[in-house]
Amino acid sequence: MVKVASTFGRSGTHDYILIRASAIIMALYAIFLMSFFVTAEPLTYAAWTNLFASLGMKIFTMLALTSVLIHGWIGIWQVLTDYVKHSGLRAFIQFVVCVALMAYWLAGLLVVWPVEGV
Amino acid sequence: MKTLKISVYRYNPDVDNAPYMKDYTLEVEEGRDMMVLDVLLKLKEQDPTLAFRRSCREGVCGSDGLNMNGKNGLACITPLSALNGGSKKVVIRPLPGLPVIRDLIVDMSQFYKQYEKIKPYLINDDKTPPARERLQSPEERAKLDGLYECILCACCSTSCPSFWWNPDKFVGPAGLLHAYRFLIDSRDTATEQRLDDLDDAFSVFRCHGIMNCVNVCPKGLNPTKAIGHIKSMLLNRAI
Repeated sequence: MVKVASTFGRSGTHDYILIRASAIIMALYAIFLMSFFVTAEPLTYAAWTNLFASLGMKIFTMLALTSVLIHGWIGIWQVLTDYVKHSGLRAFIQFVVCVALMAYWLAGLLVVWPVEGV
Repeated sequence: MKTLKISVYRYNPDVDNAPYMKDYTLEVEEGRDMMVLDVLLKLKEQDPTLAFRRSCREGVCGSDGLNMNGKNGLACITPLSALNGGSKKVVIRPLPGLPVIRDLIVDMSQFYKQYEKIKPYLINDDKTPPARERLQSPEERAKLDGLYECILCACCSTSCPSFWWNPDKFVGPAGLLHAYRFLIDSRDTATEQRLDDLDDAFSVFRCHGIMNCVNVCPKGLNPTKAIGHIKSMLLNRAI
């Protein structure tokens, strides 16, 4: 019916699945970090660095950042197609947001990957 | 007798530069309730230029869908007592989100276009149709309950922000209720084709389940539930 099938996924259904799957990963990451803050006593630089030195945490962090990228990409597109009717302006905002999301992802990778334990 | 204050949205594009709200007063009998349509008919006696649609005056035809005190509904089956207990001012506006033709009359073309898109008729590609009729079991027939009763009054779709923002792309609650009515009809064989037509980011997935449609449906139907079923059918197919 609508020829604009989707934004990130292959179809509307695929977008729907991606936005929910990425939300689950972000929620799990947020809950994990919150529980770390609450349970790590004392919360020292060493504890924080050692957490991110493990391969599992690096992968979890990158998964969370990838989820932010996908979730933000689709979500912003949905909001913009609702509220911004000028297609040029919409494309510009979408471009800026997507570039920012990709920059976050890359910056996250460069920050998290080299972390070594103390 | 008590005096009822009514504010009505007025716009005649031939005469007015912009829409405005016009205040009316009406003497009504104390302790007696009346429907909003009766109020409008009395106002039309006062002011014959007031324009609105109505036909069956009993909630069957769906012609007099209006926004009354901020909530969509059929004027003919909405009693004054249901609007702030009938004591405060009554504000009557046309259904939101559709172009106004005049006063309380809106242009429903966009709404009907979306209805047309979902192919609201039985599609059956059986090479040998039965001699008399396509039979259904009572269970198969029961699946259509809560779906076929829709009278296309547009109260639901015009209360839906997703329909306001994308009336050309989002099918809207009324259309989707009908879409599901044909998707689960045991006599319909075009299920896959119907789902293909709905599998984009707008037609179904612009519904975020805020349930305004359920809140206003004068027939007590549940379009959000039907949309949920359509989403499940699409997901089952995709995974």
